[in-house]
Amino acid sequence: MKNVKRTYEQDMEGDGIHSLQKVIEPRRNEGSCTVKYFLIGVSVLFLFIMLFLPLMVVAANALKEGWRVYKENVLDEYTVKALKLTLLAAVTAVTTNTVFGIFASFLLSKYNFRGRQLLASLIDLPFSISPVIAGLVFILTFGNIGWMGGFLKANHIKIVFAVPGVLLGTIFVTLPFVFRELFPVMNAAGKDEEEAAALMGAGGFTIFRKITFPHIKWALLYGMVLCTARAMGEFGAVSVISGHLRGKTNTLPLQVEILYNEFNTTAAFSVSSILVILAVLILIVKSFVERKRK
Amino acid sequence: MYVEMKQINKKFDGFQASSNVSFGVEKGQLAALLGPSGSGKTTILRMIAGLDEPDSGDIMINGRRVNQLPGSRRGIGFVFQNYALFRYMTVADNIAFGLEVQKQDKRTIKRRVEELLELIGMQDLGKRYPHQLSGGQRQRVAFARALAPNPQLLLLDEPFAAIDAKVRRELRTWLKGMIERVGITSIFVTHDQEEALELADLIIVTNCGKVEQIGTPKEICERPESDFVKEFIDTARIWRL
Repeated sequence: MKNVKRTYEQDMEGDGIHSLQKVIEPRRNEGSCTVKYFLIGVSVLFLFIMLFLPLMVVAANALKEGWRVYKENVLDEYTVKALKLTLLAAVTAVTTNTVFGIFASFLLSKYNFRGRQLLASLIDLPFSISPVIAGLVFILTFGNIGWMGGFLKANHIKIVFAVPGVLLGTIFVTLPFVFRELFPVMNAAGKDEEEAAALMGAGGFTIFRKITFPHIKWALLYGMVLCTARAMGEFGAVSVISGHLRGKTNTLPLQVEILYNEFNTTAAFSVSSILVILAVLILIVKSFVERKRK
Repeated sequence: MYVEMKQINKKFDGFQASSNVSFGVEKGQLAALLGPSGSGKTTILRMIAGLDEPDSGDIMINGRRVNQLPGSRRGIGFVFQNYALFRYMTVADNIAFGLEVQKQDKRTIKRRVEELLELIGMQDLGKRYPHQLSGGQRQRVAFARALAPNPQLLLLDEPFAAIDAKVRRELRTWLKGMIERVGITSIFVTHDQEEALELADLIIVTNCGKVEQIGTPKEICERPESDFVKEFIDTARIWRL
C-alpha cells in the first residue's frame, strides 16, 4: 500500500509567529479504496457462485417442464408426506431443544458446580461429530443389534427405521443451537438480579418469567430460528436412521435424494425448490429477529 | 444481640474465605465489616443473607439459628454492590417486587411504594427504568426496594463502591440518616476506612478471612489491637490530616 506523504506547516501556539512545525500526514485514501473494492468484489463473486448460481439453477430446472409438471411434482403424495415429516421433525427438535437450552444455559450461567465446564463442552458435541456417525450411533444403540435392541423389541417400540428415529436424529444434530444463543447473554447478565429476587422470596418460575426471560427473549427466538433452519436441512444423520421408507420415514432432503437417484431430475429440483422457499422464509424471520436484538 | 456469627468457617475450592469468624451486632446498631479486598467481608455478609452456606458455625438472627433457613425467610433486606435493580421493570415495580411476592393486596403495595419513593426523594421518578437513572438514584432505589417488605435486618454490600467520589459523601450522610430514621439493624461491607469510621456504631475489622478487631470507631482508632489494624486505620488518618 502506497504511503504518499503530505506535508504542511502547522502553527502550534496560535500566535502566527513562533513554532511553525512541519507536520507530515500520511495520505491513506488511495490505498484503502482499492482494498475496499477488492474485498467487496471477492465477497460478491463468492456469493454469486455459491448462492445465487445454485438458486437460479434450482429454479430453472424445477420449472423446466412447465408449471403444471412442477405443481404435480410438488403436490405428489410422497413429497407432501416428506414435507409433513420435515415440519414435524423441525417442530419437535425446536421444542425439545428450546426447553433443554433454557434449562442448560440457566444452570451453567447462574450456578457454580463441579463439572460445569465439562457439561458446557458436552453440549457442543453434536457440532463436532459427523451427522452420519451420529446416525450410526443411534442405530448401534436403538437398533435391533443395539444395546437397547432387545428391550425395545420386547416392548414393540420401533425407533430406528421409523419416525421416532428421524425425530431423535434431528434433535441430536440441532441440540446446541438454542443453548449457544442463550448462554452468552445469560452469562453476561450475571446472577445478581436473580439472587436479589430469590432473596425477596420469589420462586424459580417467577424469577424466570419476570427477570430472566425479558432479557433473553430475542436471543431465544434467534436460537429457535437457527435450530429450525438446521433441522429442516438435516440430511446425514436422518439418512442413516430413517431407512428411506418412502411415505413413512422420508424427510424432504431425503426425498430429493431419492428422486435424483431415480434420474427424475426435474422432480428432484422441484422438491428442492420447496426447501429453498422454506429457507427464504426462515431468513426473513431471522433478519427481523436480528434487528429486534439490536 | 440481634445478629450473631459464632465460629464461622467457609472454604471456596480450597481457599479459606472465613476462618473462625465470631461477632455480634445489637438491635438498631449500624455495623461495618471493614477490611481490604479479599479479606472475606462480603463472604460473611452473603452467609448472613443466606446466599452462601458456612461449612461450620452458627448464624443467629434474633436468637434463632438460621443456617438451614432460606434467605427469603430470614427477614433480610439486601442491597447489592451493583444494585441488581431489575432492568426490565420500572422503579415503582422494582420497589413493589418484594411485596408482590408476598402476595399483598394492590392498595397496600401502592401505598408502601409511594411512601418509600417519598422517603428516598424520588416521588416523580416511579415510572423510570433503571438505565434512565444516575448511580446515586439507582442506589436509593435499591435501598427502597430492600426496605419495602419491612425487613428486620438490612445488609449492604459496598453500597458506595460504584458511586463517584463527589456524590459519595452526600449519599453517605443520606444513608446514615435514613437508617437512623427507619431504626433498622444494619450491617454494611466496605474497604473504605473513612466511611466505616464516619458511619458505623460498631466496626468489625477483617483480614485474610479472620476478624482482627471489633469495637467502636473510637476504640479502633485509639486502641488498635494488632499491627494490621494499626496500619490499616493509620492509612485513613493520614488522608484525613
